[in-house]
Amino acid sequence: MYQSFQEIIEIEKKTGKSFWEIIRDNDCQEMEITPEEAFLRMRNMYEAMREADTSYDPSLSSASGLVGGDGAKLEEARKKGSLLCGSFLGLVMEKAVKMGESNACMRRIVAAPTAGSCGVLPAVFLSLEEEKGYAVEEMTKALYVSAGIGGIIAQRASVSGAAGGCQAEIGAASAMAAGSVAYLLGGGGEAIAHAAALAMKNLLGLACDPVAGLVEVPCVKRNVIGAVNALTSADMAASGIRSRIPPDEVFDAMRNVGRMLPEDLRETGKGGLAATPTGIAFRENLKSF
Amino acid sequence: MNSFDIIGPVMVGPSSSHTAGAVKIGNISQKLLGTSVRKADIFFHGSFLATGKGHGTDRALVAGLLGFPVDDSRIPDSFRYAEEADMDFHLSGIDLGDVHPNSVKLLLSGDEGKKIEIVAASVGGGAIRVTEIDGLPANFSGDYPTLVVNNLDQPGHVTEITSMLSHKSINIATMQLYRSSKGGHAVIVLECDQEVPADAIRWLAHLEGILKVTYLGLAKTAKNS
Repeated sequence: MYQSFQEIIEIEKKTGKSFWEIIRDNDCQEMEITPEEAFLRMRNMYEAMREADTSYDPSLSSASGLVGGDGAKLEEARKKGSLLCGSFLGLVMEKAVKMGESNACMRRIVAAPTAGSCGVLPAVFLSLEEEKGYAVEEMTKALYVSAGIGGIIAQRASVSGAAGGCQAEIGAASAMAAGSVAYLLGGGGEAIAHAAALAMKNLLGLACDPVAGLVEVPCVKRNVIGAVNALTSADMAASGIRSRIPPDEVFDAMRNVGRMLPEDLRETGKGGLAATPTGIAFRENLKSF
Repeated sequence: MNSFDIIGPVMVGPSSSHTAGAVKIGNISQKLLGTSVRKADIFFHGSFLATGKGHGTDRALVAGLLGFPVDDSRIPDSFRYAEEADMDFHLSGIDLGDVHPNSVKLLLSGDEGKKIEIVAASVGGGAIRVTEIDGLPANFSGDYPTLVVNNLDQPGHVTEITSMLSHKSINIATMQLYRSSKGGHAVIVLECDQEVPADAIRWLAHLEGILKVTYLGLAKTAKNS
């Protein structure tokens, strides 16, 4: 995996290869597989996301009872046409919540990059495919773009809430999705990098403060902001807007902010929303073994 | 690192450490036992104890002991499958002291009187470490074929094992030695780059001073000696 956007953009200029091809070729080398095998593996990941989306069950609720059924509420409102955000963003919100709920209810999901942030990429990707008619092949390439961005984040900063707070989960997923959408909108490495950076800047410092330590509150609904933020950031980058702080420096800032976050806000379930009277009450009501 | 460390794994939620990691601990523990699990006493520590119920850690661990993979849709219903498979299990809490917060202790019995005691931890992103076997320390990930030899603390056992591996053209990735006391019980843990054949494991098990040989094979059909 590459450690910087700059490195990938230089290879892009030198070889004429697309961002996604550079990431795929790196996989082929590392995993000793053919380009066809690599592409098929990524397409299978995309299909697993689709399967998780279509198998959403609104009747399920999580072990704690805190999560379940909200995706169906959004679906109903969207179908009625009552959502201010309109049908496309409505669909994105709905899919993000559904996937987060499915995860909390022990359904099969694709961690991307983590289980808690598993709704961001599918919400953006599947909605774009459904509404804008992108081919599965294009979506697979876009998923490779996500993987490349996630690799940079994992090496420069972190993709773990325990290490870097929620910016490293929902934030990372949002940056990955933003870069992928910039690619789908026709952008090259530079637009991809800036879309990712613009997305991350909006979520820098986000606390990981799960109520009762569970991947439920606020994780499920945060998938919505991750997905929507990815789309607005990609639109900005595709319009020619650039991050005034270079993308690689933005992710260095993310690493530093993660290190400054107190332990209570890094997946310990001790600070933030988890430390509210209601959050504490939920924890105390939980059954143990 | 490759793209599928970022996009993936496909897993049953909600948590890579508390759910997928627990499945993996179950998988590896069952393989270390070497037969189907008949009876399991499961003791959760720390964060596993505090949030395990909400993360389905209990059901994930039982699913792992049944050999289900991390993306198996049967994980939430593993208690029912355990009953069907005639696996008796008991869940409770424990304070293991100064260990990783996501730790669990397992007392397992299988067929032919086989028993094993394991402490393992889920260390993040679905990765795990086995930290204790049969009361003696260990430290391995389960990502390599792993040979665990319990023996009397006397000269020559390391040579016996390493010459056998050399004879079989097996490269040692890591090697650890621990003992309870001078001249007491010792354990040798070897992570290998190749699978150790069953006949070699049987040969080791019959040597003077070797008390028990446990093997973690990665091939799906791999069985203990």
